[in-house]
Amino acid sequence: MKSLEELKEIREKAKKRINIRSGGEVEEVRILVGMGTCGISSGARETLNSILAEVNERDLKGVYVTQVGCDGNCHAEPIVQVKIPQQEPVLYGKVTPAKGKEIIEKHIIKGEVLQDLIIGRAFHE
Amino acid sequence: MKDSVKVTINDKEVEVPREYTILNAAVEAGIKIPTLCHLDLHDLKMVNRTASCRVCMVEVEKRPNLAPACATPVNDGMVIRTDTLRAITSRRMAVELLLSNHPTDCLICPRNLRCELQALAQELNIREINYSGEMNEFHIDSSSQAVVKHQNKCILCRRCETACNEVQTCGILSALNRGFETIVGPAFNLPMKETSCTYCGQCVAVCPTAALTEVNHVPKVWEALNDPEKYVVVQTAPAIRVALGELFGMEAGTIVTGKLAAALRRLGFDQVFDTDFGADVTIVEEAKELIHRMETGGRLPMLTSCCPAWVSFIEHQFPDLVDVPSTCKSPHIMTGTIIKTYFAEKNKIDPNKITVVSIMPCVAKKAEAARTELSIDDHNNVDIVITTRELGDMLKEAGIDFDKLPDEDYDHPLGESTGASVIFGTTGGVIEAAIRTVYEWTTGDELEEVEFHALRGIDGLREAVVPINGEEIKIGIAHGLGNARQLLEEIRSGKSKYHAIEIMACPGGCIGGGGQPYHYGNDEIVKKRQQAIYQEDRRKKIRKSHLNEEVLKLYENYLGEPYGELAHKLLHTSFEAKERI
Amino acid sequence: MVNSRRLHMLVCGGTGCQSQDSDKLVKALDLVLDKYGYKEEVEVVKTGCFGFCEKGPIIKVQPDDIFYVEVKPKDAKRIIEEHVIKGRRVEDLLYSEPAKHEKVEKQHDMNFYKKQMRIALRNCGLINPEDIEEYIAVDGYLALGTVLTTMTPVEVIELVKKSSLRGRGGGGFPTGYKWELTYRNKHDKKYIICNADEGDPGAFMDRSILEGDPHSVLEAMAIAGYAIGADKGFIYIRAEYPLAIHRLNVAIDQAREMGVLGKGLFDTDFNFDIELKYGAGAFVCGEETALINSVEGGRGEPNAKPPFPAESGLWNRPTCVNNVETFANIPPIILKGPEWFSSIGSEKSKGTKVFALAGKVNNVGLVEVPMGIKLRDIIYEIGGGIRGDHKLKAVQTGGPSGGCITAENLDIAIDYDSLTSIGSMMGSGGMIVMDEEDCMVNIAKFYLEFTEEESCGKCTPCRIGNKRLHEILTKITKGEGTEEDLERLVNLGQMIKESSLCGLGQTSPNPVLSTLNHFRDEYLEHIINKNCPAGVCKGLSNKS
Repeated sequence: MKSLEELKEIREKAKKRINIRSGGEVEEVRILVGMGTCGISSGARETLNSILAEVNERDLKGVYVTQVGCDGNCHAEPIVQVKIPQQEPVLYGKVTPAKGKEIIEKHIIKGEVLQDLIIGRAFHE
Repeated sequence: MKDSVKVTINDKEVEVPREYTILNAAVEAGIKIPTLCHLDLHDLKMVNRTASCRVCMVEVEKRPNLAPACATPVNDGMVIRTDTLRAITSRRMAVELLLSNHPTDCLICPRNLRCELQALAQELNIREINYSGEMNEFHIDSSSQAVVKHQNKCILCRRCETACNEVQTCGILSALNRGFETIVGPAFNLPMKETSCTYCGQCVAVCPTAALTEVNHVPKVWEALNDPEKYVVVQTAPAIRVALGELFGMEAGTIVTGKLAAALRRLGFDQVFDTDFGADVTIVEEAKELIHRMETGGRLPMLTSCCPAWVSFIEHQFPDLVDVPSTCKSPHIMTGTIIKTYFAEKNKIDPNKITVVSIMPCVAKKAEAARTELSIDDHNNVDIVITTRELGDMLKEAGIDFDKLPDEDYDHPLGESTGASVIFGTTGGVIEAAIRTVYEWTTGDELEEVEFHALRGIDGLREAVVPINGEEIKIGIAHGLGNARQLLEEIRSGKSKYHAIEIMACPGGCIGGGGQPYHYGNDEIVKKRQQAIYQEDRRKKIRKSHLNEEVLKLYENYLGEPYGELAHKLLHTSFEAKERI
Repeated sequence: MVNSRRLHMLVCGGTGCQSQDSDKLVKALDLVLDKYGYKEEVEVVKTGCFGFCEKGPIIKVQPDDIFYVEVKPKDAKRIIEEHVIKGRRVEDLLYSEPAKHEKVEKQHDMNFYKKQMRIALRNCGLINPEDIEEYIAVDGYLALGTVLTTMTPVEVIELVKKSSLRGRGGGGFPTGYKWELTYRNKHDKKYIICNADEGDPGAFMDRSILEGDPHSVLEAMAIAGYAIGADKGFIYIRAEYPLAIHRLNVAIDQAREMGVLGKGLFDTDFNFDIELKYGAGAFVCGEETALINSVEGGRGEPNAKPPFPAESGLWNRPTCVNNVETFANIPPIILKGPEWFSSIGSEKSKGTKVFALAGKVNNVGLVEVPMGIKLRDIIYEIGGGIRGDHKLKAVQTGGPSGGCITAENLDIAIDYDSLTSIGSMMGSGGMIVMDEEDCMVNIAKFYLEFTEEESCGKCTPCRIGNKRLHEILTKITKGEGTEEDLERLVNLGQMIKESSLCGLGQTSPNPVLSTLNHFRDEYLEHIINKNCPAGVCKGLSNKS
């Protein structure tokens, strides 16, 4: 180990890998993906992975992607809920992998809600 | 930094050196603090500072608990109280606890009236034991020929361990087990005889109780003396005559040679001989051997071999160096051999009927006498060895009023000796005696100044250069096996610069032997014995071994050439490499 | 894909959970994940101890913050099928608060964790202890790097002094001051020793730290080495801690490879390396001079002090001995500053302390709390109260060296000094809760039996005195005691405390003296009426 910089470089790399473990510890943005049988059969897993990839790619801090069970809106699967602290949760339906990326880009980063995708009420977490 | 500090003990202020302990300061202030585990033989470099008995606890102002006086350094302005109820009670309870796990068979104990624990109990006015309970029951280890370990009597002061490990570097004794079951013993608690113990007896010399004692051979001596079939001959080592008096209330360093001879005669020995005679023979042989080795390019340095503990040490610890010591048997074995051959033949006595008793300052001599390779024609050269202390016991038992005995002489011929043999009793003496002879033999000149002060003293390691015939003979001296180890390491690594080295296992040499009267931690006693030895040397008319007339006759009439064939057969031996346990 | 695993399943790999098959659980999880094709998406990590040993094995699923307890290897399939694949909680594996009987999903909502504050245990249960990069990810070795590149040894010592960190091994000696003493003794060779000879019955915080976050100790030792001028450290660890030894060995290897141990660290001329020394688990070897004797290969027994190790320690060189938990506090103190640390805790005891909570509480385990917390909070909040709705009788802190605390002192703010003032001590952090079914005479006897056995046998008061104390207590529990025996217990106990050579003996009578102080009636009941109110002492009647 030659310098603090070298150490910090290793730290940054390793941090990305385990950032996810600090879930629950600080105020955070949560993206919940419905992963009931219905969700999965509608492609929720692909959507979840694409959202996750986008979060990682953009190196977003404090954004956690969580899967949840079916909430009953089986007709609109895959369903994604965005929870930002101090804001009303937003529920999106029929979220394809591409739409998932869009949610990150617009809703999470820019704060623009994707009106077309909204199906309304929040489900449990 | 100032090198002295002021401390107040029981309201008395004293100024003492900074490195003092509370105990040292108390002595200065004239205040006695009882001690038990503590032992400080400063000049002999034997200091036990385990602070384990907790008998010297005192109060120190601002300290929440009590302080062990023996191990607590003073500091400036320290206020100490030794006389409060708290301190006194604590000290007494420590002794009570020790007594609660100690046999109370004092009346039949080998240390009766000589026991430091007993003395302490008396001093602290202990009348009852408030905390009695289970007592340990260990078996007595009497496996060896020399030392008895009576674990039940051990109070774990650990002095023996300090002697064995730090002073002698033998590493035989150490604490084993834990808690209440803690004992001191050899590794795996092996019987002593299975260990590499040299039987130097320094553990015995410092033991405050009867946990470590010599094997008692007094009954065997009484038996022999009362056996009409036996012709019982006694011999006394040089160091006895300057120490025995202590057992009869005499000043340390009192020379009692004449009374010793008289006392032995009163006990009923048929002949009272002197190991000094054998010492003179040893010098004749050893001096010849040294000259021989130097002239023929033999193994140098040559080491003296009179000390059996030292011989055992090299056999176990430096088995690769067993060819280094002189092959001479030790003086009392030589005397024994001569008694059972020359003397027996001359007086037409069956050697099998002769019992030779050696009075030795030494515990190891007991084990040495049992070494079979030293025997000649299947009989031991020496049959029984008793220590100075055992002789004292015998004399008391026999009701001999030692003090009032007249001075008598040793018997002829093996009672004749020179000043050179007397000094065998102290560190440096053997080599000084050898040099006196080597000088005259190699130069052919008479040595006028026989005292080699460069070889004398009490330092653990000493060296001197003696010019003989233009050549510088380099002499090394070590006493205490830890010091010996240093010289042996040098020899092993090929760095030794000496021609001859004298080694004595016990600090001080035989005057500080494991079989001598207890010094109770006072090393002045050992130094006074040393002065007495040199005084005895000065009193002798003949002070060179090779001029002992009876020795000369022995060679002329019986042995032939010194270091010759018969001398080799009778007076020399060999050493054996042994395992280290 | 390594960087984007969506779920991390943190499985406790501490000794407690491992003994309950957490290793098999990890294997089962991996197997099932593989079977369902989720291996690339989910990472199973074997971490250090979560502290909640009562309910092990434990799995924490992140980022969901879901906490599963008492998970068996056979549960792996359900967890994967439900939680990972379908996003549903496995309800029956969730923790249920004993008081309310309702399920709690998240670690942060559990009473056991709510009042805890984790500094020493900060990484236990969070990172994989066998992966140095994970330690670095949580700012590992940043403190060492900072110290080496920006601070002088004196500055480091001053910083630690300013934090007011005190030794967590029992004595509570100020750590910075200890470093300073060792620093001041000039010598060409000095040593750092980490005391990992955890010996209090029931205490296992040091083991947990070494198993869960070994690098934090290595890093702190290197920092200490820099501060006092040592280039060599030893960790004296009980051979009975195989997992901790394994993790330490892995950590030392990785640290050497990474270049955070070894020569020329952070391009300075500072060298530091660490070696393990194994102890045979003798309690007395926790005493620093005994420990040093043992490291040297001698008998593990204490020496009279002075000289202190700071002057003449290992091989007669100046030596600084600190405990595992103490070391674990060092890197955060360096990184977050002494003010941060000293803002936590009570007036004279700063920071946190890890306690091994045991006995008659609902939640047994390892808890780290700020100094000054009330005993009541530990027992009733964190510990979930007394088991089976029994009544609290006493709490023993400080293990065999401590004393008992009764219900009337429940609201005392726990720190070094308050515990000493009520006749107990912090010790290494053992905390055993007792209810009315515990006999206090028997408890005292239990501890004396321990110290009697663990006494090294060197000094008279400890060797024989403790034996006698134990004998008297045994007599009383058999109904053979007398009232004079109580006086003898006090007198002898006092003498042992005042006269013993080392801390073991100086504290060994505490359990007797404090139970006798608080529960004299119970002793008398045994003596006069031959009755053991708790019904523990066999052969005596049992009337409460």
